[in-house]
Amino acid sequence: MGQAHDALSDGLREAFRTASLLRWAPAITLAAFLLPIAAGLAGTLLPAMGWLPALGANSFSLAAWYTLFQAPGFVSAWQLTLFTGLLSTLLSLLLALGVVAFLHQRPAARRLGEWMAPMLAMPHSALAIGFAFLILPSGWLARAVSPTLTGWELPPDVSTVGHPSGWPLVAALLLKEVPYLVLMTLGALNQINAAAQVAVARSLGYGPAQAWFLVVLPQVYRQIRLPVCAVLAFSLSVVDVALILGPGNPPTLAVLAVRWFADPDTRWVFPAAAAATLLLLTVSGSLLLWRGLEVLARQWLRRRTRQGVRSAHSAVAAGLATALAAALLGAAATSMLALALWSLALQWRWPAFLPSAWTWDNWWRQASSLAPPAVTTLALGAVSTLLALVLVLACLENEVQRRPSARAEGRDPSAAGRRALWLLYVPLLLPQVAFLFGLQVLLVRIGADGSFWAVVWVHLVFVLPYLFLSLADPWRAFDQRYARTALSLGASRWRVFWRVKLPILLRPVLLSCAVAFAVSVGLYLPTLFAGAGRVATLTTEAVTLSSGADRRVIATWAILQAAFPLLVYALAAALPRWLYRHRQGLAR
Amino acid sequence: MAQMHPDLQLDDVQLSVGGRALFAPLHARVPGGQCLTVMGASGCGKSSLLAFVAGTLDPAFAAQGSVRVGETVLDGLPPERRRIGILFQDDLLFPHLSVGDNLAFALPAAVRPAALRHQQIDAALASAGLAGFAPRDPATLSGGQRARVALMRTLLAQPLALLLDEPFSKLDTALRADFRRFVFEHARSRGLPVLLVSHDEADAVAAGGPVIELGVGAA
Repeated sequence: MGQAHDALSDGLREAFRTASLLRWAPAITLAAFLLPIAAGLAGTLLPAMGWLPALGANSFSLAAWYTLFQAPGFVSAWQLTLFTGLLSTLLSLLLALGVVAFLHQRPAARRLGEWMAPMLAMPHSALAIGFAFLILPSGWLARAVSPTLTGWELPPDVSTVGHPSGWPLVAALLLKEVPYLVLMTLGALNQINAAAQVAVARSLGYGPAQAWFLVVLPQVYRQIRLPVCAVLAFSLSVVDVALILGPGNPPTLAVLAVRWFADPDTRWVFPAAAAATLLLLTVSGSLLLWRGLEVLARQWLRRRTRQGVRSAHSAVAAGLATALAAALLGAAATSMLALALWSLALQWRWPAFLPSAWTWDNWWRQASSLAPPAVTTLALGAVSTLLALVLVLACLENEVQRRPSARAEGRDPSAAGRRALWLLYVPLLLPQVAFLFGLQVLLVRIGADGSFWAVVWVHLVFVLPYLFLSLADPWRAFDQRYARTALSLGASRWRVFWRVKLPILLRPVLLSCAVAFAVSVGLYLPTLFAGAGRVATLTTEAVTLSSGADRRVIATWAILQAAFPLLVYALAAALPRWLYRHRQGLAR
Repeated sequence: MAQMHPDLQLDDVQLSVGGRALFAPLHARVPGGQCLTVMGASGCGKSSLLAFVAGTLDPAFAAQGSVRVGETVLDGLPPERRRIGILFQDDLLFPHLSVGDNLAFALPAAVRPAALRHQQIDAALASAGLAGFAPRDPATLSGGQRARVALMRTLLAQPLALLLDEPFSKLDTALRADFRRFVFEHARSRGLPVLLVSHDEADAVAAGGPVIELGVGAA
């Protein structure tokens, strides 16, 4: 009895100590990813105004903007950026909502979610390379129908990849963003009683798809608004996919800025900074425009609701969207298959549907050049994920432990968390190119550019939000009575964390880490800038090779790049299932 | 007002899960204006029976038998084409719509123009003792008020029959008797056939119609 009492008071003391340390977690975490962004933004905005003392420019001027506006193709570049960014966002959202409206009442919805989740792990650039192999004039699609159906004895002389309209860029963005938004929407559905409300709407005469659009969508949109905004910002400012699939001359605004930043003539830094700043303004303006569209859409839905029109149009539209999304998933899978075949091809002449001779030589020959970037990729992913995990867990534990006192003081315990949500999205709502150059200048100044740890830090900026966003909900939903029971049995806070909480939450922890790892592996521009071109990962190399190397070589790089996150994801899904195979309560 | 609706008729209806029948085959005929009460302990399949009639039965169940309203056979029709109104334990008012818009959602589109729609909605609210409540947020209403709005919403869709899935069980005792009377008066005055499931004897007494005990005689 006395012993148990001692252990309990020890546990309490320990709890106070760790709690005081934990109090600093949110501040440290926010500083870790907001400070570099703030510094980077300043370091990009100032050169846009002609200020960069490191290059001897220390008076403000608008010269950079004149150069930007008068650059050949500037207007088309800007138009292309707006067209591809807005169109791909609008289409991804419409398709994703159609898919959920069509499938939400069918058991297929859950299986679809399970199929789409690995798509999120796929790096954008690997998917874009595979998609290029599919749609090139000499690509797999053309081979599938030639020459029997088309009569093409030679690859047709048309442009697909790099088409000036930017449609391949839009299509490739859809491949990734539709599954992302579908999963976000399915997740939001869990928070309202969607099934019962749809049942009521159906008893009032509305079909399932229309019921979903009129009754469920207005309630869940608030929860998917930030992800949609992130998709919009990303689509407007993406660089790697635009390098692989977008037009070359003029390219999108983001690619233009990167190209000028990389110019050996450092005077191009100023118009590059102006282009990056313009992109930042473009993204902000587009977000405002989107907000306006949201209001209009909401008013239109409300008017339809008041009129009481029962119509079958929604069902048709939702079915069509689902068919299109299925075609996209098929295209993504075919793209990956095309990469795999090319990586094993010895000879694959036009217009053969399959390689005429197979070999492992592509892999063996590449092995020595693949290995070092592969190790770097793994190390960057592992280290940045672990660092982010420690910070995120500290933040979440801090929040959970302060919950009772917040309640006692009559405050909403999760209000602070909701306010912080916007901050978490900051790195996802800003164009990367708008702060990476300034960050690079900062890294050069402290002598850290091109180092492994500089790249880890920049990866952390992007890894952290994703890890937090995927882990926060399950962590907050943990039943605190388990922890209180363990404490009352005499276990210390520390022991409760390691022996009770972490094991119970192992599955969401591992899956969130897999998401974070995949984010790190896929990062192109942040690696390029922080690494000063000296830290080579599978992604930076694959994107560089994509512009000209032998398809068999490109394929090995892209396949390996995609394989890492997929394997980690599979492992994260399988491990808890195996560990808890005799624990029905956890094995799901 | 009291134009009589055709009968709601169940022929040989039986539900089963995994080959096990939940109750003996059920025959019933509910004339317009009457209420049939189906009693039974929880888990006997009475809510599933209503889901079967409404067309929202979980695919885990196997069902046999037939449901008709007058001469119209409902079997195989999706819920939205059955014109069967249903009230659940929860009022399930849509939280993103005002009270008036919840009702407008139910009102058929054929009721036009907007002025006529407003008039009918205001009349429905007035008959529920809620005149002037149209612009209100449903979340600011009391439980009893919400329950009455839910009934008006169901009735405004002009159903041919009304299903009641223990809609009184979550209200406290004082409100319960009031709301019961309210529901049955409205259903009777519209001549609707009503099918009520409940485990509360008082519900059956208030319904004043025939009573079937479910779960007895199950195979």
